[in-house]
Amino acid sequence: MRLEVALPVIIPLFFGALTLTLWRWRMAQRVATATGTGLMLLSALWLLAATWQDGILVMHMGDWQAPFGIVMVSDLLSAIMVVLAGISGFATAVYSLTSMSKRHEAFGYYPLLHLLLAGVNGAFLTGDIFNLYVWFEVMLVASFALLILGGERAQMEGAIKYVTLNLVSSAMLLSAIGLLYGLTGTLNMADIAEKLTYAEDPGIITVIAMLFLVSFGIKAGAFPFFFWLPASYHTPQVAVSALFAALLTKVGVYALFRVFTLIFTQDVAYTHGILLWVAGATMLTGVLGAAAQYEFRRILSFHIISQIGYMIMGLALFTPLALVGGVFYIMHHIIVKANLFLVSGLVYRLKGTYELKELGGMYRSHPMLALLFLVPALSLAGMPPLSGFFAKFILIRAGVEAEAWWIVGVALVVGLLTLYSMMKIWAEVFWKAQPEEHANRSAHGSAGSGVLYLTIGGMAALTVFIGLGAEPIYRMADAAAHQLLNPSLYIDAVLGERQ
Amino acid sequence: MNSQFALQSLILRTAAHFLLPLLLIFSVFLLLRGHNEPGGGFIAGLVAASAVALYMFAVDVRSAKRVLRFEPRDLMGWGLLVGVISGVPAVFVGQPFFTSQWLELKLPLLGELKVGTPLLFDVGVYLVVIGAVLLILLSLAEAEGKTDHHHGGG
Repeated sequence: MRLEVALPVIIPLFFGALTLTLWRWRMAQRVATATGTGLMLLSALWLLAATWQDGILVMHMGDWQAPFGIVMVSDLLSAIMVVLAGISGFATAVYSLTSMSKRHEAFGYYPLLHLLLAGVNGAFLTGDIFNLYVWFEVMLVASFALLILGGERAQMEGAIKYVTLNLVSSAMLLSAIGLLYGLTGTLNMADIAEKLTYAEDPGIITVIAMLFLVSFGIKAGAFPFFFWLPASYHTPQVAVSALFAALLTKVGVYALFRVFTLIFTQDVAYTHGILLWVAGATMLTGVLGAAAQYEFRRILSFHIISQIGYMIMGLALFTPLALVGGVFYIMHHIIVKANLFLVSGLVYRLKGTYELKELGGMYRSHPMLALLFLVPALSLAGMPPLSGFFAKFILIRAGVEAEAWWIVGVALVVGLLTLYSMMKIWAEVFWKAQPEEHANRSAHGSAGSGVLYLTIGGMAALTVFIGLGAEPIYRMADAAAHQLLNPSLYIDAVLGERQ
Repeated sequence: MNSQFALQSLILRTAAHFLLPLLLIFSVFLLLRGHNEPGGGFIAGLVAASAVALYMFAVDVRSAKRVLRFEPRDLMGWGLLVGVISGVPAVFVGQPFFTSQWLELKLPLLGELKVGTPLLFDVGVYLVVIGAVLLILLSLAEAEGKTDHHHGGG
């Protein structure tokens, strides 16, 4: 019995319910949220430490034994993801304490935030494929509500695309799970993986694999079903944007990593070959889309897509080093991307707009913020010695070793274009003088922005830390990749050692 | 007042006053009967919510809210809280979350009674269902009332 495996899910569920009962007391909700997300982060760190020390941990919920009951499983990939969810959850919660308006808070922002985090952590930790679907839905329901919180026209427009496409993806996921269940007679992922090794008809397995690929691909924002993402991510409150950018698509990426290392490894040349094409196309379209944008958060949204491509590239190459790169990239990306959104929120707070054309002169007026923007921005573009450099370096090295030259070429070009995009933001927002007619706009002034600086600074420090301390992070990603490439470790941990 | 929901039927209104307590008692019966026999928190919650909904249609929204006493949203919150907490006791006896814990009581008149955490979980579900269904129904009814009033006034 390992308590820590369930805690990262139980804690946000509990605090979600608690904040719901505290509906009328705004202050109490805020305190509960800060405490709850903090505790969740601590429990996540505990889980990671325990998984690092003792290997894959399993908890049979309700003491129903696998493969019949629902299991929560924590291998290193899951534990790392949970820690990242904890960090971004805590950071956005603290950030929202000052940035969230009373009106949004009154419509249930805090309960929804906890529910979202519970869904995300549940999806990371479950060892049951139907349960994975359920957690996806928990997360999506909460995200629908968070997305339209405030009820502006643009939000509704984005939300309709977001909801429709995600429902299609969920329906597809459900039918894929149904087919898989019909084939194997079980929903436990470890059990499925074991049964499929003896399966007779590899054709149908590939079909099911493709269904999973499309459905998780939509949720991850991969090519060609990414357009819901830039249509919606720039519309809600910035703390919500940051949390979505950090976590939601990454749950899709995590699910891809899970099923395409554990379950669908029968015909790697075919399935992972398609994944590689998807990765390349995702990188390119994302970065090209960003080049055409002149709204701070839309640029960042398009960059999420191109970064998803890098992660899928790590999975698609399917060599030990590539998987290390993929895991490393996820770690780097979640911190950096959340932080860039938080920076954009602070810029908006100071200047009252997200339009690059209307901004300017921030380097002179807020040099500290300019510096704090440069850290994640350069890291995203892959400048040494920041975290993004190592993430890209490992992936490209893996591509070279696998002699997949075209994807290496794409990755390098996309890296360059990312740098161009970040420099565009730098030049427009921080460097050039602000156009006269917009000079006197100020939404909130700088009052109360200390907490915001603190969160952004903390996240930037993490980016630097991942870059400078790449060695231990690399070792952790390496161990996680080792577990992914040896599914028998996972299967034995869940089903017990067998002869 | 609030006329569009008060179906002008004396029979319905009189019956609703008697049906409300009966339906509520029935819902509690279903709640307690669950686990081993058909019933349980979800279905019981639906019955209880429909009892209040019936009252709302027969009389009016304000009286239905008064009968309910609690905000539907609070019911949801408390229900979720109870549901989550019901999984915790197992941890203290060294078992995984949500393992059912049973307490056997010997009562003087009723004989042997088994009480356990599944019941607590069902109570949680019961409250969440009542809260969610009535939150939707009452909000819709109130919104309807408001637009109606608006048209009347304008």
